[in-house]
Amino acid sequence: MSGVRVLVGTRKGAFVLASDGKRERWDVTGPHFGGWEIFHLKASPADPNRVYASQGTSWFGQLIQRSDDGGKTWEPVGNKFVYDGVPGTHLWYDGTPHPWEFARVWHLEPSPTDPDTVYAGVEDAALFRTTDGGQTWHELPGLRTHESASSWAPGAGGMCLHTILQDPSRSERLFVAISSAGTFRTDDAGKSWRPVNRGLRSEQIPNPTAEVGHCVHRIAMHPSRPGVLFMQKHWDVMRSDDAGESWQEVSGNLPSDFGFPIDVHAHEPDTIYVVPIKSDSEHYPPEGKLRLYRSRTGGHEWEALTNGLPQRDCYVNVLRDAMAVDALDPCGVYFGTTGGQVYASADGGDRWTPIVRDLPAVLSVEVQALP
Amino acid sequence: MIRVVLPAHLRKLAHVDGEVTLDVEGLVTQRSLLDALEARYPMLRGTIRDHVSQQRRPFVRFFACEQDVSHDAPDAPLPAAVATGDEPFLVVGAMAGG
Repeated sequence: MSGVRVLVGTRKGAFVLASDGKRERWDVTGPHFGGWEIFHLKASPADPNRVYASQGTSWFGQLIQRSDDGGKTWEPVGNKFVYDGVPGTHLWYDGTPHPWEFARVWHLEPSPTDPDTVYAGVEDAALFRTTDGGQTWHELPGLRTHESASSWAPGAGGMCLHTILQDPSRSERLFVAISSAGTFRTDDAGKSWRPVNRGLRSEQIPNPTAEVGHCVHRIAMHPSRPGVLFMQKHWDVMRSDDAGESWQEVSGNLPSDFGFPIDVHAHEPDTIYVVPIKSDSEHYPPEGKLRLYRSRTGGHEWEALTNGLPQRDCYVNVLRDAMAVDALDPCGVYFGTTGGQVYASADGGDRWTPIVRDLPAVLSVEVQALP
Repeated sequence: MIRVVLPAHLRKLAHVDGEVTLDVEGLVTQRSLLDALEARYPMLRGTIRDHVSQQRRPFVRFFACEQDVSHDAPDAPLPAAVATGDEPFLVVGAMAGG
């Protein structure tokens, strides 16, 4: 590997951070699309120079940008996201039916094998796909038309489909997570879906063990072991060893089981990372100390990672798409904060340094190991 | 020739500096003007009005001859001074957010 490229989406533009394999010195370019919210940008595993970005504002709506040179130059591609057929309704905050309305693209997930194929998770929750490099987008309506969909309701951040996982061993299997409906799985490439939330417990909803209605914040998988999933829920860190059929809580000794991102070490499928955040109403690190927590046992037992991170007076948040790992050895770990810092560790989380300190609030972080 | 002034973000998106000039066939209305604008700059589709409903986005306003014409019917004729090019048609990102 010759280097890494970190793709950062912020409230006011996109930034590209590049380094060699040592990950000590960084070149920062941007802002791209200055003034626009960049909810997410991600590169194609099949073509490292193909990068897609979700760009938007409340004023001018949704755009999708595409780069074919690793983020140096960009061109707008298709931005027409239209639900298939009559969209129907979901529940609104007051419990009344509310029409499905497209708001934005939260997450872009390129195919592992085809640079022109990308999935898009949108608000109001639905899954779209392009197979022509972003020129046109078509909904996979089987998810939104699931029999439970009329009972889905938005979380505080909107009813967003924010996580898309592709099983590398079964191309027809996908997982998605929706706030606040829960996790869903398809085994037929998106034609039909079913909720996979058994074992989740959410005391805040009328039926704490309901099939749908859980505020799942993020799910993660190691590609070598796609049947094992990890979840950061609104409260509770969870694990499934049977592709979502059942979940067990693995929060263990975390100082708070609330948080947003969760990710898996690139080479150790049982090493996972979370960022505990204090309760759902305060949204900052416990005790003002920014700590990642790492479990080397797939949950239950957690250690605080603090070396290089602020351990006093720190009140930033780390959002659900704002943590990533690279595939170098040792594995690099990266996360961005709502305070505009992007921290990097080139040794699996033992030591941290800020790559940049003063970006706009960070919405997403992705990383590529470059050939 | 119709003159259109775009907000800064949309000028950048469309790779234009200053005013845009357009030829509009027939009656000059909001709809015919925006149709011509989007035909010439396809990247603007969806940014000023909704792809499907064709309704103006809530935080976008239209001005012409010092009048707010945002709520005028899309097929109503725009002022003659806009049709002749003496006055520009302004697409404005609304001031919002405090």
